[in-house]
Amino acid sequence: MGETSSVYSMCGMCAVRCPIKVEVEDGVVKWIEGNPHVPGIEGSLCAKGSAGIAFEYDTERPQHPMIREGARGSGKWKKATWDEALDYIAEKLKKITEKYGAKAIALADRSGPFTDLTKSFVKALGSPNYLDHDDTCAKNVNIACQTLFGYGRGELGYDFANTKHIVLYGRNVFESLQVKEVNNILDALDAGAKITYIDCRATVTASKADRFLMIRPGTDYALNLALIHVILKERLYDVDFVNKWVTGLTELESFIVPYTPEWAEKETGISAQEIINLARDLSDAKPKVIFHGGWMLARYLDSFYSSRSIYILNTLMGSIETKGGLIIAKGPKDAGAKPLKSIGDKIPEVKDKIVDADMPNKSLGTGHIVNLYKAIKTGQPYPVKAFFAYRYDPMASLPDPEAQKKVLDNLDLLVSIDVNYSETGWYSDVILPEATYLERSNIIATQKGPKPGFIMRRQAIPPRYDSKPAWEIFTLIVERMGVGQYFPYKSIEDIWNYQLESTGVKIEDFNAKGSVGLSKDPILMGRNDLKFKTPSGKIEFVSQTLTKNKFDSFKAYVTPKKPEKGAFRLTFGRSGVHAHAQSQNNIYLNELISENVLWMNEKEAKDLGIKDGDKVEVSADGYSGKIKAKVTPLIHPEAVFMLHGFGNEIPPKTRSYKKGLRDTKFETGLLETIDPVGGGVAYLECMVGVKKA
Amino acid sequence: MSIYYIHQDQKRCIGCYACEVHCKTKNNIPVGPRFCRIIPVGPKMIRDIPRQQFIFMPCFHCEQPWCTKACPTGAMQKRSKDGIVFVEQSLCVGCKSCITACPWGVPQWNQETGKVLKCDYCKDRVDKGLKPACVTKCTAHSLKWISAAEASALKREKFAKAITEF
Repeated sequence: MGETSSVYSMCGMCAVRCPIKVEVEDGVVKWIEGNPHVPGIEGSLCAKGSAGIAFEYDTERPQHPMIREGARGSGKWKKATWDEALDYIAEKLKKITEKYGAKAIALADRSGPFTDLTKSFVKALGSPNYLDHDDTCAKNVNIACQTLFGYGRGELGYDFANTKHIVLYGRNVFESLQVKEVNNILDALDAGAKITYIDCRATVTASKADRFLMIRPGTDYALNLALIHVILKERLYDVDFVNKWVTGLTELESFIVPYTPEWAEKETGISAQEIINLARDLSDAKPKVIFHGGWMLARYLDSFYSSRSIYILNTLMGSIETKGGLIIAKGPKDAGAKPLKSIGDKIPEVKDKIVDADMPNKSLGTGHIVNLYKAIKTGQPYPVKAFFAYRYDPMASLPDPEAQKKVLDNLDLLVSIDVNYSETGWYSDVILPEATYLERSNIIATQKGPKPGFIMRRQAIPPRYDSKPAWEIFTLIVERMGVGQYFPYKSIEDIWNYQLESTGVKIEDFNAKGSVGLSKDPILMGRNDLKFKTPSGKIEFVSQTLTKNKFDSFKAYVTPKKPEKGAFRLTFGRSGVHAHAQSQNNIYLNELISENVLWMNEKEAKDLGIKDGDKVEVSADGYSGKIKAKVTPLIHPEAVFMLHGFGNEIPPKTRSYKKGLRDTKFETGLLETIDPVGGGVAYLECMVGVKKA
Repeated sequence: MSIYYIHQDQKRCIGCYACEVHCKTKNNIPVGPRFCRIIPVGPKMIRDIPRQQFIFMPCFHCEQPWCTKACPTGAMQKRSKDGIVFVEQSLCVGCKSCITACPWGVPQWNQETGKVLKCDYCKDRVDKGLKPACVTKCTAHSLKWISAAEASALKREKFAKAITEF
């Protein structure tokens, strides 16, 4: 054995970014485990995290910059040096800026703790157009949460470890998993907590639940309205808390009258008595009750109101800012510490407005990726001609890739910066390979929560191929655009030192555990001293923001479409083995699940002459594909289900090439179908035909 | 049986297959052979809940292993100090007798080398005072590395807790 070293870092196999410890022997990563110092982790790592080693040593990932030679998507590439690729990009950007202004440049990523870098990059170029992926994820949840509390959903953490009853709406915590959350929930179950799991499909999470309610797809909102109805009618709510902190209870009381449990039974298929029992059980456990507001809730046209009703339920249980409930995230300032300095502080403010600031009939908030696509397509309110997709693959995640290609064809420059070959990358003009999470360091991140702190992703080994870390890629582009003064960094340590300047924390403070805590104990506001960032300072059942923007605070329920005979609502989700569309080619993860199957209800399958394991043809609006059927009683008859992320069409990824089907290809015509208030994509407004192949 | 035992807490196992990948990356095993498996059983409706179990199947490291007896070359061995059963790769001739003999399907065929591979409880880690990869990194802390004696004590304790309500 030669030289060994170990480093604390952050995983990069999915967007959860669990803290890890990486062990290196003679320059080779030999072992990755969950950071043993972190409660709830203590060595634990999921399958994807462990397969990080296989990812690192895979040859089927981009190994050098590539410039497109043939038509977009043709797969004809020229190997380029970094100078060639970056010069090419800079030249295009200069032309675009000259003709349309810097605002014609946009960058989107998948949000997260490192966005100070990407936001600052866009700002340095003089553009307001930094966007994230959240329309396809938690945007509805985030905005629903904001209209009630003034906090985004990320600022309301769940204290699972101390709770008594957890209600999950399709939030499949044990498959679409976060390691720490899994352990906190399992600890709670060990201590006697209950799970109520509501979904149109029986998942692993359903198998661990105390109550599994098979719900008709698209009717979560109806269930919530009925729960609120029972809770108000039977005065099961936390009266003191609600009287003190809520505005708009009277309006809610009059709105909720028609939404009886008996009415909801007809909508949801869940019996009225079950709904009443659930409301009473939850009330018994209050305030140690958590209704999960939703992680990915880009599903239906009413997902915003559905999520909002979930947060109203939490409020009625008094479970806000209390042990075993939802706890408002605290930042460095709440711990009496100084925050990190932003790279963007040194860069002049951009005068232009973000592309969807004044779009007509738009949903709440700005920075919606769907609106960026609209602008690229129409040139309104102004043209956007350059698009950086940074570790983001909209062509695999947004609906209808064929429709997207037509939109993206309006761009003069499409750049993908990624560790993988993504569908978007394959259609772009330039691929810049980012160093993997084991090969790069990132900027320091702030961890908000009851115990705020700072955390660091640290390079474990040098890049194996001709790739670079993001901070260097963005610095090199900024320099070429003549504004290098805004990114005066020669190393990641330069950036870290700048970020830490006023905090009193040093780089070496991260050596011992990988993070630096700013508070020994959880910080909780006093029960009578809560602060909400709404206009009224209260929890706004009737939201001033919604009213101002001419949206209802309480939306009348609309029954979802029922699929015709032989047609089904296409639902999708995750397993514990794969992350989005990025891991299916990993040798070990591919070995576990190499293709997806179509779950369908046994009665419906029988009517169509389909048996378990048969090949079926799935079709929607001119697109069809074949896949094996998994026939089961454990999915609602109106729905079919497939795992997301399969059906890769990029030839260099040989193990996953054309294996299984991609759900987004069936979502034809849904690119602009969004929740009108939250702006989240209404993915599940997708009906498919199924027949025996 | 070896002095060690891997206890699986069914209540905590979420069937995420991480143990299989922890094992494969640690032991650098090619696609195909798997030293441990998670075998999903169910779902079966029990009081309106679709219960599923995920059974963890490593090597049991038998006290009187079928595989060592069947091995004609002495490649399949049992360590005297702690009973870990392992394959000495240099002696394996790929006859597959152990695959035939093992009632649990534990010995695995390595197509690349034409030899048998199997779970050795990560004995190099055990010798350093560490636990096998599957246990160390189990996502849900469902797997526990304990002695066979501790395993029975743990089971009794769990049962007692489960039947008691206050």
